[in-house]
Amino acid sequence: MADPALVHLTVNGQPLQVPAGTLLIEACKQHGIEVPSFCYYPNLSLQAACRMCLVEIEKMPKLQTACTVVVSEGMVVNSDSETVHRARKSAIEFILTNHPLDCPVCDAGGECELQDMTFKYGAEQGRFVEPKRHREEQQWSPVVYFDRPRCILCYRCVRACGEGMDVWALGVANRGINATIIPSHQDHLECEECGNCIDICPVGALTSGAYRYQTRPWEMQHVGAICTFCGDGCKTTLGVRNGEILRGDNRDKSGINGDFLCIKGRYGLDFTRHPERLKQPLARRDGELQPVSWGYALETAAKRWREIQKAQGAIGVIGSTRILNEEAYTLQKFARQVLGTPHLDHHRTADFPALFDALAGRGAESLARLDDLKTAPAVLLVGGDPTPQHPLTAWNLRWGYRQHKTRLYVLNSGDIKLRRQAYRYAQVASLAAAVRYLNGEGEAQSAPLTGVAEPSEKRWPQTPAAEVARLDEGLQDFRARLRQEQDVIIVFSGDIAGDSVRDLVAFGNSLSGQTRYLALADNANARGAADMGLYPDLLPGYVPVAAGQAGLNLEQMLAALPRQGLASLYVVGANPFRSHPVAAGDLKQTFLVVQDLFLTETARQADLVFPALCAYEKAGTVTNTGGQVQPQRRGGGCEGAKSDLEILHRLAAAMGEAAWGAADPDRTLQEIRAQVKGYDLPLAKLLAGEAPLALPLNGRVPRAAADLPLRPHHDTLFTAGTLGRYSATLNSVMEGRADKR
Amino acid sequence: MTTPHPLETRVVSRRFDQPDAHTLAGYLASDGFRALEKALAMAPDKVIEEVKASGLRGRGGAGFPTGLKWSFVPKQSPREKYVLCNADESEPGTCKDRLILEYDPFAIIEGMLICGHAIGAHRGYIYIRGEYRYLLDRMEQALAEARAAGYVGKNIRGSGFDFELHAHTGAGAYECGEESALMESLEGKRGIPRLKPPFPAVSGFMGGPTVINNVETLASIPPILLNGGAWFAAFGPPKNGGTRLFCLSGHVERQGVWELPLGFPLRKLIEDLGGGMRNGAKLKAVVPGGSSTPLLPGNVAWDLNLDFDSVAKVGSFLGSGGVVVVDENTCMVRFALRIMQFYRHESCGWCVPCREGTQWLQTSLTRFHNGGGRAADVDLMKEVSENILGRTFCALGDAAAMPTLSILQHWRQEFLDHLAGKPCPFGARTTAGAVGAH
Ligand SMILES: Cc1cc2nc3c(=O)[nH]c(=O)nc-3n(C[C@H](O)[C@H](O)[C@H](O)COP(=O)(O)O)c2cc1C
Ligand code: SF4
Ligand code: SF4
Ligand code: SF4
Ligand code: SF4
Ligand code: FES
Repeated sequence: MADPALVHLTVNGQPLQVPAGTLLIEACKQHGIEVPSFCYYPNLSLQAACRMCLVEIEKMPKLQTACTVVVSEGMVVNSDSETVHRARKSAIEFILTNHPLDCPVCDAGGECELQDMTFKYGAEQGRFVEPKRHREEQQWSPVVYFDRPRCILCYRCVRACGEGMDVWALGVANRGINATIIPSHQDHLECEECGNCIDICPVGALTSGAYRYQTRPWEMQHVGAICTFCGDGCKTTLGVRNGEILRGDNRDKSGINGDFLCIKGRYGLDFTRHPERLKQPLARRDGELQPVSWGYALETAAKRWREIQKAQGAIGVIGSTRILNEEAYTLQKFARQVLGTPHLDHHRTADFPALFDALAGRGAESLARLDDLKTAPAVLLVGGDPTPQHPLTAWNLRWGYRQHKTRLYVLNSGDIKLRRQAYRYAQVASLAAAVRYLNGEGEAQSAPLTGVAEPSEKRWPQTPAAEVARLDEGLQDFRARLRQEQDVIIVFSGDIAGDSVRDLVAFGNSLSGQTRYLALADNANARGAADMGLYPDLLPGYVPVAAGQAGLNLEQMLAALPRQGLASLYVVGANPFRSHPVAAGDLKQTFLVVQDLFLTETARQADLVFPALCAYEKAGTVTNTGGQVQPQRRGGGCEGAKSDLEILHRLAAAMGEAAWGAADPDRTLQEIRAQVKGYDLPLAKLLAGEAPLALPLNGRVPRAAADLPLRPHHDTLFTAGTLGRYSATLNSVMEGRADKR
Repeated sequence: MTTPHPLETRVVSRRFDQPDAHTLAGYLASDGFRALEKALAMAPDKVIEEVKASGLRGRGGAGFPTGLKWSFVPKQSPREKYVLCNADESEPGTCKDRLILEYDPFAIIEGMLICGHAIGAHRGYIYIRGEYRYLLDRMEQALAEARAAGYVGKNIRGSGFDFELHAHTGAGAYECGEESALMESLEGKRGIPRLKPPFPAVSGFMGGPTVINNVETLASIPPILLNGGAWFAAFGPPKNGGTRLFCLSGHVERQGVWELPLGFPLRKLIEDLGGGMRNGAKLKAVVPGGSSTPLLPGNVAWDLNLDFDSVAKVGSFLGSGGVVVVDENTCMVRFALRIMQFYRHESCGWCVPCREGTQWLQTSLTRFHNGGGRAADVDLMKEVSENILGRTFCALGDAAAMPTLSILQHWRQEFLDHLAGKPCPFGARTTAGAVGAH
């Protein structure tokens, strides 16, 4: 029996079988039959503008665009006939009539779809003898340049910006031969500056201000790295020449982010080249930080720490949310085994322990990957503002809304941009109270809840008027509708913690269908820091320390400083003094060692500073906020600085730990796979970048003695802590200026 | 006001000689809104059947059977349904809708109300060509009167039928006469056409099921309802029902718009209504249905009957009813150039072959006409036109290619006569931009 969900067709005499509803161009692609296209782009709206994909279909009088025709049973297609070849050749010829053909100087040269297509399908010689129309190149923003004559008007950029980003900063002006892409503000762009329009441009019409005219694609090595900014873990392909990272993009669409990158992942990486990068250890002499040798710096640290240990002084360790898993794991080992201190923590932005506690050891079926948001029937988003803080999460939520009509329920204390995609939006004064309400039976009127706000203008797809009714039924309706859902992903930010997270999971448990969770933490390896046990009370894999053995948490350590309560503080890749300024006098009795890329507020007060490499300059693994583990690869370098892993191993050696040996990320990864619950991931999958899910679910996780409030960074699109401050490009865009803190 | 010609059959234009037909009182005095009254008493299906029986085919250009079009609208729809009147009349050679708008605006209103009843729509828009500013005023005046007298709005004349109607203008784009581009424009967007399917009957204006008809089509509805479909059909040959307005222009003694039964001989139109060729010159070519239709050589045109099927048989279209007569003193290269200037200027630019092809042809024709032609250009222009034909997003590309191809085919020798060095044999010179858009 024929499966009604499958459609049979013939292309060039070859029988194909594809799911009903498939576009002809996709059906061909799935079976290795190439139908050339420019304007077609998977998962964006159909344009049928370039006419490259014309094919013959039996019983249809004219050539048809394969990018818009949906396959039907018994369809007979010819994509290889004389007529089709002539049509393609002519489409290329038309496109080239006003194209400048300045390939030798064009940024896209070597990775241009028009070049490839002309080579494959075009005529050897142009027949257009009329003068071409020339226009000057325009700078639309520090990162986006537009070269109008090169534009082939495929409208991909317009759709990437509108449908994909929901920014709608690009449009088309004029008509006929004068038609052109234009930016949002006449002569310049005011937008999210993500650069997705540049990557999606098949030719060199849109180019990157941060990269243009610097090099040619074939002169660079292309290294698949993981973005070091937010916790989403986008893959970014680094273009590296002579050890210098010149660009980041994801044109090969190979990561969990598909073709998405936000401004930070694409442009923020120029902090690696900032002139103020630390390249030599510094030691305080005569009150001033002065360059010293590595040997001296390591010896000094080891000597002082041994002395402090002997005197039984307390040592605090503050770890990073950007260092690699291997480094975080090694740091906790160094703290606990070499320094022998329980006082260990990191800047927390999501309550993973509370989530895992509430899940009580349930398995992978309770955890959502970022990707799952693209197809989820329903999502409940509690707190946070993914658009600037977790741009890939927001991209995926919009994708689900666009392609799968995801019903997005938003519970937030503010007015966030994802409201435009929201199915129901509840703006509440207290998230904790609202979550408690969701998980209860009470009435909605009770105090700090405000009503459900008005629906937004829904732009894509156009929503029928009936569905855009005022949403004034209140939280009660919000809850009632959620309860009818059969498959919900609950996403929550660091705006809720502790018992609120437990309430939220209890509510999830009360739903009848499948419920999955995703906690949003702020920095690239915030999840790794948590999984690797950078906690005063939890070992790697959320295993509690022995009763009564918990150390001081971050706030307690900082609070101890003025009381001269810490003999030493070792800060690795963090800048706690930025949010907690510490007076110089408070540190008189504290030996402060800082390991970082730049002379941060914290490093400036240090006695000893170790220059560190950043994530793009070392190899290892990172775990994104959803628990997907990905390999980090070494792109560039920084002469004089060392990886955190190497510094830790050298410090251990200096302190007499001979058994530690030289730093070796592979060996550490083996140790993690053996020791950390949930990290026994198949190595081949991990290294192939398949982003397998870590499952550090150990059953109940005891509550800490002292509840540490979470401090989400509330980053904007243009801020990212220290690294962001040293990115020339992030600082150059006008939209970011107001955000600089 | 126009006085009828003895050869005319005035159905749509029956009020063109009535000085006050554009006022409600005048309209009511000559059968006004009687068809609506009749239609409202009929079941919607019956109204559609009557229109089908009339054989009425769209007067906007494509000639699609109107009753059939109405029947495609789903009965039940979660989204609001709409009736749109296409009054964008911009096809060169066509100037008939403006007369209806001027002399008989209520007939359009009445036609739209009947359509609304037939398809279950309660809202309509009249999209008037931007250059017809004065006709917008005329229409708004009529709408205001109709609204005040309860012919538009809620519970029309106590029938329980609601219908809101608004007039709106374009901004000077020919492409906005293409039905889906018109809807985009009406929605406040850039006037570019939409992907079809879905067709307007399923998803049109604001995503709702929509009937869009030409002014003349809609103005034909009240007489059809009043007198019956069969009555209307009987005016023309089979499957080419009724009468229509023919716009005669070009090299005749008397240009004008006359309502004739379909199947009327073109020769009689030129000789009897147009007063013959201007200055007794010989006929060279005829544009049978607006600038988008392939030109016919004089000898073919001379024996042609003006109905859909007969014109199709000789390779052209009856189109929008714009008959342009071209005499022997006309340079066909220049004619081709003039047409291409129009299409190049009006191409919306959405798709590659039309956007680039019309520009290519226009620059080539300009160079050619200015004496810079090469022998190879003739075949190249033919090939460029063929590469546009049938490969564009909407019919504007075809509209640019078809007349050009017909000129290159029938008057190839005139192109060869222009080759390098030789001055235009007709003494006409032009440069790009010397001729306005339209
Ligand atoms: C480029 C282009 C321009 C058009 N301009 C007009 C116009 O000005 N008026 C019109 O009635 N139809 C015009 N049409 C035809 C409309 O798309 C549509 O077929 C018509 O409004 C349907 O009405 P009818 O069935 O009553 O003819 C145009 C079509 C094209 C492709
Ligand atoms: S940079 Fe991003 S937001 Fe700005 S125009 Fe391009 S796609 Fe749109
Ligand atoms: S700028 Fe690039 S992506 Fe945008 S329309 Fe032009 S060619 Fe296409
Ligand atoms: S979304 Fe996050 S991980 Fe992705 S590029 Fe942006 S900052 Fe980097
Ligand atoms: S054929 Fe293409 S460019 Fe021309 S008007 Fe239609 S859509 Fe626009
Ligand atoms: S890919 Fe189909 S028309 Fe452009």
